[in-house]
Amino acid sequence: MDHSRESPAFPSTRLSVISLARSPDPVIRRRAHTALVSTYWKPVYRYIRLRWNATPDDAEDLTQEFFAGAIELPTFERYDAARGRFRTYLRTCIDGFVANAHKAAGRQKRGGGVEHVPLDFTTAEGEIRELPIPSSQDPETLFRDEWVRHLFELAVEDTRTQCAGDDKTVHFSLFERYDLAPRDETSRLSYDDLARELGIPVTQVTNYLALARRRFRAALLERVREATGSDDEFRAEVRDLLGGAFGERENGPR
Amino acid sequence: MKPLSDDTLRHLREIVELPDTAGTRYDVVEPIARGGMGVVFRARDRELDREVALKVLSVRDTGPDVRARMLTEARILARLEHPGIVPVHDVGVLADGRTYYAMKLIRGSRLDDYARAHPNLGERLRVFDRVCEAVAFAHSEGIVHRDLKPENVMVGAYGEVLVLDWGVAKLLRGEASGVADAGQAPDSSPTGAAHGAGVFVVARSTTGSGAVIGTPGYMAPEQARGESAQADPRSDVYALGAMLGFLTRDAGDRAALRRLRAIIDRATAEDPGSRYPNASSLADDVARFATGEAVSAYRERWPERARRVAARHRIAIGLVSAYLLMRVLLLLANRF
Repeated sequence: MDHSRESPAFPSTRLSVISLARSPDPVIRRRAHTALVSTYWKPVYRYIRLRWNATPDDAEDLTQEFFAGAIELPTFERYDAARGRFRTYLRTCIDGFVANAHKAAGRQKRGGGVEHVPLDFTTAEGEIRELPIPSSQDPETLFRDEWVRHLFELAVEDTRTQCAGDDKTVHFSLFERYDLAPRDETSRLSYDDLARELGIPVTQVTNYLALARRRFRAALLERVREATGSDDEFRAEVRDLLGGAFGERENGPR
Repeated sequence: MKPLSDDTLRHLREIVELPDTAGTRYDVVEPIARGGMGVVFRARDRELDREVALKVLSVRDTGPDVRARMLTEARILARLEHPGIVPVHDVGVLADGRTYYAMKLIRGSRLDDYARAHPNLGERLRVFDRVCEAVAFAHSEGIVHRDLKPENVMVGAYGEVLVLDWGVAKLLRGEASGVADAGQAPDSSPTGAAHGAGVFVVARSTTGSGAVIGTPGYMAPEQARGESAQADPRSDVYALGAMLGFLTRDAGDRAALRRLRAIIDRATAEDPGSRYPNASSLADDVARFATGEAVSAYRERWPERARRVAARHRIAIGLVSAYLLMRVLLLLANRF
C-alpha cells in the first residue's frame, strides 16, 4: 500500500505565498495576498483584540485597514526572510499600525475608504469569548499562539474538505469525534465506543482514523509551508509548532 | 467549527508527531524519548510478539539531510554487532514519509541517573569499562561516535551497558560499503542546532569544515573548533575522559584521586597526540587503577608507590605480619 503519494510528510513543491506575493504578475500577487489574508486575518484580529484591548468593532476595522494597507503599501513585499520570521515581521507591522492608528484617532472614521475583504468577524469574536484568556502577555507569544491555533483550524478544515471530496466523511467524522473532542477523560470515547456506534470493527476505526490523521498532518505541513518565506523558516516554524509534542523525556534511549 | 482549545491543540501536535505505522508490523504504544533527530517510541512488533523501540524522524526535523543521517545511523548500528551497542532489527520509511528504524527496547537508566543512584566507585568503573569496550569495538570497525556523554549510555536492568545515539558518528573507512558519515549526509544544507534532554547537541553541515558536532563539556577541542571532520578515536577518548571525570567527581581518597585525575587529564589533553591513542588503552589504565596497579598516566614517588602496594596487598601483608608476630611471640615464650 503506497501512502506516500497521498500524503507527503514534507511538502516541498508548494510554493510559499510570501514568495508569490512578490511576483511581478499582478494576478499571482493578488492571489498570494488573498491566501495571506486567509492565513493571518484571524490571528491578527484576535491579537488586536487581546493585546491592544480593542473593542470588537475597532479590532474589525483595524484588521480590515491593516490588510488593505498591506496590499497597497506593499507590506508583504518588503519582508526580508534573512531578517527573521514572517510572523514576527507581521506582528511588528501590526503593532506599528495600531499604535499609529491610535495616535491618529479622530482623523477620520476608521474603516472609511477601505475596500473590505469578506471575513467572518462574528465567528472570530465568538471564539474569543469561548476560549480562556491567554496566560501570556508577551506580544510575540500571544501572536504566535493565535497563529498556531488558526493554522491548526485551517488544517482541520482542509482535512474536512478533502475527506468530503472523496467520500471519506466517516473518516473525518471519527477524527472529529476522537481527536477534536474535548480532552477531558470522562467524556472521551474509546475506539470500542466508536466502533459500536458506527457498527464497524475496531480495526476499521484504527484504519479510518489513521487516514484522517495522515491527511491532517499533510494539510498542516502544507499550511505552514504556504505561510513561511523559506525552507529554513518552514523548518523552524515546524519545530516551534510541535515543540510541545511529547515534551523532553529524561529516560530511555535517545 | 468550535475553536480549538489549548488541550486539543496539544493533542493534535502529538498526532502530527505520532508515526503512521500503517503497512508495517509495528503498533506504537507510547513515546519514551526525544533525541537530537527523532522521537523514540515503545512499540509492539505484531509478527514476533515483542516490544521494540522505534526511532522515528521527527516531523520538526525535516529535510533530506536528516533523513539520510537517520538511515546512516541505522546502518552504522547494524554494522556494530556488539553486546554494548543496541541492535537494530529493521529500517524503513513510514506511510507518512518519515524514516524509522526498529531496535531492541532497553529497560534501564541513563548513565547520569544511574550514577546518582550508585555512588560505589567500583560499580561506576565497571560501567565505564563496558562503555570503553563498546567504543573500542566501534573504533576497531573504523567508526567514531563523536557525541559520547552519560546521557547517551544506558544501563539495563541486569547491569548491561549500551552506548546509544550514533546519529553523528563518523566512518573512518569503508565508505564503499554504502555507509556514509552520519554527520555529513549527502545533499545537506547547514541546519540549526538540535537539542535533547536539555543539552545542546549539534549543528551540522555538508562540508564538514566548520561544523560543530558534539556536546559542550564532552566534545574534544578539535570538534569544538569545528574540525569535526578530523575527529578520530582520540576525540572519543576525550569524551570518555570527560565521562570518567563525571563518574568519579565525588569518589575516592586523595592519593587515589591523584592517579585517577592523571588518567582523566591524559584522556582530555588539549593535544590529541597527548591523549590515549584509543578507548582500549584508556580502559586498560582505568582497570589498572581499579586493581591498585600503577597507571601509565601517573609517575609515582616511592612513598606513594609503597602506600599503593601496601593497600593492594594488605591481606597478604597482614597475614605475613601476623605469622611473623606469632613466631616472635613463640620464640620469646620458649626463651622465658
